Amino acid sequence: MSLALEIHGLSKSFGGLPATNDVSLAVETGERRLIIGPNGAGKTTLFNLITGDLRADAGSIRLFGEEAIRLRTDQRAHRGLARTFQIITLFPQDTLAHNVVLSLLGLAPSRWNALRPLAARLDLYQRAREVLATVGLEASAGRPLSQVSYGEKRRVEIAMALAQRPKLLLLDEPLAGLSTEERHTLQALLAAIPRDITVIMIEHDMDTALSFAERITLLHYGKVIVEGSRAEVVAHPRTREVYLGA
Amino acid sequence: MNRAALALAALAALPFVAGDYYINLASQILIAAVFALSLNLLVGYGGLTSLGHAAYMGVSAYISGWLYLKLGLGHLLAAPLALGGTTLMAALFGMVALRAAGISFLMITLALGQVLWGLAFRWVSVTNGDNGLSGLTRPMPFGIDLTGATAFYFFTLIVSVASTACIAAFAYSAFGAVLRGARDQPRRMLALGHNVWLVRYLTFVSAGFWAAVSGLLYVYYHKFIHPQALGLTNSAEVLLMVIAGGSGTLIGPVAGAAIVVLLKNYVSAFVERWTMLLGFVFLAIVLFMPDGLVPGLKRLWLKFYGTRA
Repeated sequence: MSLALEIHGLSKSFGGLPATNDVSLAVETGERRLIIGPNGAGKTTLFNLITGDLRADAGSIRLFGEEAIRLRTDQRAHRGLARTFQIITLFPQDTLAHNVVLSLLGLAPSRWNALRPLAARLDLYQRAREVLATVGLEASAGRPLSQVSYGEKRRVEIAMALAQRPKLLLLDEPLAGLSTEERHTLQALLAAIPRDITVIMIEHDMDTALSFAERITLLHYGKVIVEGSRAEVVAHPRTREVYLGA
Repeated sequence: MNRAALALAALAALPFVAGDYYINLASQILIAAVFALSLNLLVGYGGLTSLGHAAYMGVSAYISGWLYLKLGLGHLLAAPLALGGTTLMAALFGMVALRAAGISFLMITLALGQVLWGLAFRWVSVTNGDNGLSGLTRPMPFGIDLTGATAFYFFTLIVSVASTACIAAFAYSAFGAVLRGARDQPRRMLALGHNVWLVRYLTFVSAGFWAAVSGLLYVYYHKFIHPQALGLTNSAEVLLMVIAGGSGTLIGPVAGAAIVVLLKNYVSAFVERWTMLLGFVFLAIVLFMPDGLVPGLKRLWLKFYGTRA
């Protein structure tokens, strides 16, 4: 099985405080990986290093076999990497369809076209509607994002990521702040993500996360302290000690 | 589209109902409007507030004037060289200025603008220093004499409308949407695969080009260029046009340009302390319509009439 992501010796410090410390991990293509750990364990920092939002102090990141440590964030997106954010960062004044169109444009050469009106690109808006339909939001495609619920915004985020047909998808706490009903909707969506997309998820809702993940990595003070299958990690004494509790 | 056609018809009819003074005033408004629209690409659509934009207008005017006076080149050759030279300068300055954003970007653009202003003052052998370059002429496109107010007004109108159409196409294109996205959520746009730096850089260069176009119109109108044209006052004035009219809109900077030019040229004839009046007008706009005159009036219209104007 080929590796979608291979990280070796990745370190990042902020003012001398290590956020990730010599992290190494390998994620196989198609795998569902869960990253867990207490607050401040370095989970989001790890995501930001993988995407290129942050520059690593040391270590290497290989995306689909290619060294990516020197690639910019946008270049990594072009290699097949997509992500969602812990705090929703979308375009509230624009419609849901326009939000997805911005995502579609991200990988399209036509994003440089400065002459043709975007509104005339009916093909893009049609594709955006199709993508929104996959997350159950086709009927709201024309509504401004500011007028939809928090849970629907989360679904738009996932739609934007999936619109790019990524090879590796990073989900940063996709269930945070959702109601029980919204969690069920999103869980179903996550389960429906095609198997050719590798998914790495940070999530605190253990019931949902454990049902989703095949392998789990536990981070603590920026270090990988436990890694293995669901059963192995849950049963590990260090997991109970630093994360799950007695 | 109908409203645009109506506005265009009104502008075309102006010389038939107004005297030379008002026709010249209208020409100045159109020139300032192109200048303000060029800055609006950066400020309104890009979220990059520049305080050195007059540099591009001034340099374009200086290159054109210098080529005409010192090398004896005709306008047909001098104009594209001025546009090309200024755009190249914007390409170089953009690499420096876009190393930062926010207040740092503003300070770098201010510094670059002031360097050129200083050069224009001190490099007397080229710029004629504080005396400026005088003795310039207007071009004669297709043999048409632009000396008269009406002929020059129509020339300015054609160039302004063409410039506005190009800027509008830019703003409403896919590139324009990406630019606005980079203004609002740069991190998200990067994650989506957009090269935010390059998008801003190309916009910076485009803004420089359109400022250069307004610079050509400026030097043709005045037939004179002085270091003050690329100074801080001029940069601040065009920024006020954009902010007062409504940044990020097409009509806003045009309205802002009209307000400033009218206050500066018309009201100053009746009110001695016109700069104070200008200050009060801007204060009122900022207080009551913080997003600018055009968006503010649109909101008022919607409030009272409930439909789009």
